[in-house]
Amino acid sequence: MAGKTTIIVHSGEMDKVYSALIVANGALAMGMEASLFFTFWGLQRLKKGALEKGPLSKMNMLGLGKWMVKRRMKKAGAASLERLLQDFHELGGKILACDMTMQIMGIKKEDLRDDLISDYCAVGTYIDEAKESTITLFI
Amino acid sequence: MAEIKVDCTGETCPIPLVETRKALRKAKEGDVVEVIGTHPASKKEIPMAVKSLGLELIDLQEEGGVWKIRIRK
Repeated sequence: MAGKTTIIVHSGEMDKVYSALIVANGALAMGMEASLFFTFWGLQRLKKGALEKGPLSKMNMLGLGKWMVKRRMKKAGAASLERLLQDFHELGGKILACDMTMQIMGIKKEDLRDDLISDYCAVGTYIDEAKESTITLFI
Repeated sequence: MAEIKVDCTGETCPIPLVETRKALRKAKEGDVVEVIGTHPASKKEIPMAVKSLGLELIDLQEEGGVWKIRIRK
């Protein structure tokens, strides 16, 4: 099956990064191509050791809400963000990092999970990916 | 023709779908991938993926909340 999914991961909150990775893995599993374009708060999650560090987007309550949700997710058998990111990479998904965010926020390549990132790029690359995508989302 | 078994018992969205896809990518043409699991939506969605991928769904069984899906690559 042809088709492609391109998602802008703008948010760094745990639940939103989950949404992006679940949709992206689903697309790959159904035989589509998939690209994730990490920018702003989303790109923070690609720093080494930062993937699971985002708060909840609602009811975080200084981390108490997040702790409760994580506990319930573990009980439900939900995968970790790390596993979803590794699966995405293994299934051939493309991870793109926004270079303007890196400039603004003073993030260097060596701060990021360089082994997983296919390209450091800007809006032109997103448009190039999205124009041939049947699904594109901003999360 | 190899037979590849994938156990997704107790796993939830999107793991059964992702593990099925990983196994199908590794399989050779003609191999059979057998997936077992308990996540209810995946019982419907794995056959959707099989159709999208243009592969053959050989069999789908369910007993006591555990389903078994067989796919030929």
